[in-house]
Amino acid sequence: MAISRCRPPPSPEPVALAATPAVELRRITKRFPGVVANREVELTVAPGTIHALVGENGAGKSTLMKILYGMQRPDEGTIAVNGNEVSLRRPTDSIGVGIGMVHQHFMLADNLTVLENIVLGAEPRFPVLLARRRARDHIVELGRTYGLSVDPDALVEELGVGERQRVEILKVLYRGARIIILDEPTAVLVPREVDDLFRNLRELRREGLTVVFISHKLDEVLAVADTITVMRAGTTVATVDPAQVTARDLANLMVGHELPSPETRTSTVTDTVELSVRGVRVAGAGSRPALDGIDLDVRRGEIVGVAGVEGNGQSELIAAVMGLADVIDGEVHLGDVDITSWSTRHRRQEGMACVPEDRQRDGLLLDAPLWENAALGQQTEAPFANGLFFDRIGARRRTDEIVESFGVRTPNSDVRAGALSGGNQQKLLMGRELTAEPRMLVAAHPTRGVDVGAQAAIWDQLRQARADGLAVLLVSADLDELIGLSDTLVVLFGGRMVARLDPATTSLEDLGCYMTGTDPAGGGDLDVDAASAAAADVAPGADPVAPTAAERR
Amino acid sequence: MRSDRVALSLVAPALAVALALAVSTLVLIVSGNSPEEVFGLLGEQLTRVGELTKTVNRAGPYYISAVAVAVGFKMNLFNIGVEGQYRLAGVVAAGAGVALPLPGPLRLLGVIALAVGVGAGWAGIAGALRAYRGVSEVISTIMLNAIAFGLTPFLLTRYFQEEAASGTIDFATRTAALPGGGRLPSLDALVPGGLPSGVHLNAFVILAGLVGVGYWVLVWRSRFGFDLRASGANPHAARTSGVDAKRMTVFAMLISGGVAGLVGLSSIIGAAPYRYTDESFLAGLGFTGIAIALLGRNNPVGIAFGALLWAFMDIARTPMSRADLPREITTIMQGITVLSVVVAYQVVSRIARRRDAAAIARQVDDDPEGGTSEPSGGAARVGSPA
Repeated sequence: MAISRCRPPPSPEPVALAATPAVELRRITKRFPGVVANREVELTVAPGTIHALVGENGAGKSTLMKILYGMQRPDEGTIAVNGNEVSLRRPTDSIGVGIGMVHQHFMLADNLTVLENIVLGAEPRFPVLLARRRARDHIVELGRTYGLSVDPDALVEELGVGERQRVEILKVLYRGARIIILDEPTAVLVPREVDDLFRNLRELRREGLTVVFISHKLDEVLAVADTITVMRAGTTVATVDPAQVTARDLANLMVGHELPSPETRTSTVTDTVELSVRGVRVAGAGSRPALDGIDLDVRRGEIVGVAGVEGNGQSELIAAVMGLADVIDGEVHLGDVDITSWSTRHRRQEGMACVPEDRQRDGLLLDAPLWENAALGQQTEAPFANGLFFDRIGARRRTDEIVESFGVRTPNSDVRAGALSGGNQQKLLMGRELTAEPRMLVAAHPTRGVDVGAQAAIWDQLRQARADGLAVLLVSADLDELIGLSDTLVVLFGGRMVARLDPATTSLEDLGCYMTGTDPAGGGDLDVDAASAAAADVAPGADPVAPTAAERR
Repeated sequence: MRSDRVALSLVAPALAVALALAVSTLVLIVSGNSPEEVFGLLGEQLTRVGELTKTVNRAGPYYISAVAVAVGFKMNLFNIGVEGQYRLAGVVAAGAGVALPLPGPLRLLGVIALAVGVGAGWAGIAGALRAYRGVSEVISTIMLNAIAFGLTPFLLTRYFQEEAASGTIDFATRTAALPGGGRLPSLDALVPGGLPSGVHLNAFVILAGLVGVGYWVLVWRSRFGFDLRASGANPHAARTSGVDAKRMTVFAMLISGGVAGLVGLSSIIGAAPYRYTDESFLAGLGFTGIAIALLGRNNPVGIAFGALLWAFMDIARTPMSRADLPREITTIMQGITVLSVVVAYQVVSRIARRRDAAAIARQVDDDPEGGTSEPSGGAARVGSPA
């Protein structure tokens, strides 16, 4: 893995176990209506260290950090910064005591320059020209000190994701922060950018700053942190030294029980092509198509993974397969039937299912009860339909079945879908699509925002369905998930299919190169035309039914 | 939990009524009127068979108009055009209904079919514009209203006007009266204790009841209704689930307009003068329907209460002026009621949501392993998922 290679030489033991902690949270409790988000949380962060906070979604990490950043007030407990007890009522209080936060979603104005973004909200009260020069000097100096190189005059809209993140960090430093909270900073980065980020973090530590790093990617945490605190069910359960634990230990601490070991992979791929995409083109916003010349086969019992940085045609591919996009060229076949002109409903009735990218937007009726949500997508078929009527009894029975067998945690099936946690919504969705026993499943980000326990369950269900002969087109931003589950991996870049890879032999670096349009051999820009021709060559596709040479296992 | 839900659904209307009474009382006191006198008058009206019958007669068209609006609301379509749809449907149904070559009761069905057809067609224009050209149905129905308001007198004077008897000079614009077979039967005999002279129970209320049942079955019990509600609740999810949004938009507008077409039939098939005249044909029912749909929360039973309440306040105008009270009081109270209902339901739904969240949290607390009870056999994120 990319990151483990950049693991630093054993870092000098955090200097100051005896020194005053940079942050000390004592017995913090925070309740929301009906939920205790944090209960008696204890956290001590030594100065000049990188302290990671890990835990499942909903374990209370974000609430705790919001409390530390003054966005939420704790109901009980005390906060001490550098030994002094403080009361943080709003973010400006936190900034005042030297705490800064880099949010997961960047808060930058695209049409302003880096410099303008950094001073925005912290403008000094001097004449503008002078302030600019001072601000620029200050930013350049900060950049030099901490190794955060960004051109202060560049427009933010022209920057890549990694650079934007550096701007966010500079913004926090500019305001004089000595303690920096980073909320899932690696979620949006490709492996190489993650390496850069970690280098920056070590730079900050060397200059004596304290970094609190929230993540649920355990290998990253192990690579960069000096101390790791694990949260579970709203409280801190352990603080460990990364040198003493493995990722597996951490995962067990996070979920509170031993996780089963990974199954050995046995191929269940058959020769029967279930879905076949031939030369599909979908129009984009501008003159360039959003998707062009895609050739893809998914066989019974096969999971085909689609990798790519978001916005490179994945959404359009899902839409084209499900009949939600206008396919301007090419064909889609289900089995040996041309379904290009079929409506979404017709496709679903013939055994296609879809777990959409954004479950709340495209997959659920948040204000409707679970039993209506369970019907969505299958409302024309038994047990949800009875002639022209909707079968409420059948729908409830099926919903109870899904709740039971997919472990959806809910008091009953009359609850609004919006009241469930994200993971449970996703389990309901997976249950809904798989219980219909489809021939072909399009699963987009099936475990996004889902905690480790639910993630394992969903992976298991996908694997089981695959063993039962389901053809799966898996779109995901989680590379571990793609490599782990897929039988074949394709990469989309700029709407083209630039690589077809065997996940067993592909390295994360190569995958990252293809995803960012870099030539893995030379490091220069990828020749997209040649690459997509090569990827298509593997599956010469005039006859969609004939087994192709794609099977390399 | 379900009984909780039923209890909550009763709390909201009770709260709304209490709120409406309180605010109305306050307004009456501030405006220098005596609340006792006003509420006394209203209470007295509740005991009079004649006034109650008039209330029911008036509530029929209100009910149908509100259902027409509610069908659209269920799909987030705002059909402001009920007004134009029912006026146009009324004049065509009355004018062409007379000319229908149908015997007896078949003529009644013919007239109803004409009204439904014209209403649906007129609303369908807005539906098609929305589905295939992206024109907001709010704008297009307002425009179609304006056209209908001009088209109605044009059709009436040009094609449907009753031929004046020879030798007489008659400037009244009206259609010919429907023959007996095109009329609804009288229900007067059904009223216990008999009716005061000059008051008749309009059988149109039965048609309204049928529309209500049809609306409930269609929206809450049929597959079509599921698609309709899904499209209204979350158009993206509905589309992903296979609902054809364009088709649904057109159908919803057709149904809304078809129901709207029936609104004006009250004085054509149900009561004298059994024809369309400028004087007898009530205007403004379409706009009132929007308020009543809000009042009834798009629910078939709720709308029935809303329509009756609204009609009751309308009828109260005459006794109010007779008692030297400003008749506008009733209009103000109607407005207060709509606002009270909106506020009360908002409050109650917030409470309901909080209780839902608490119930789920309780359930999670009951299970100390919190989130790990899945039948998991997979891998942790640590390794790869295979």
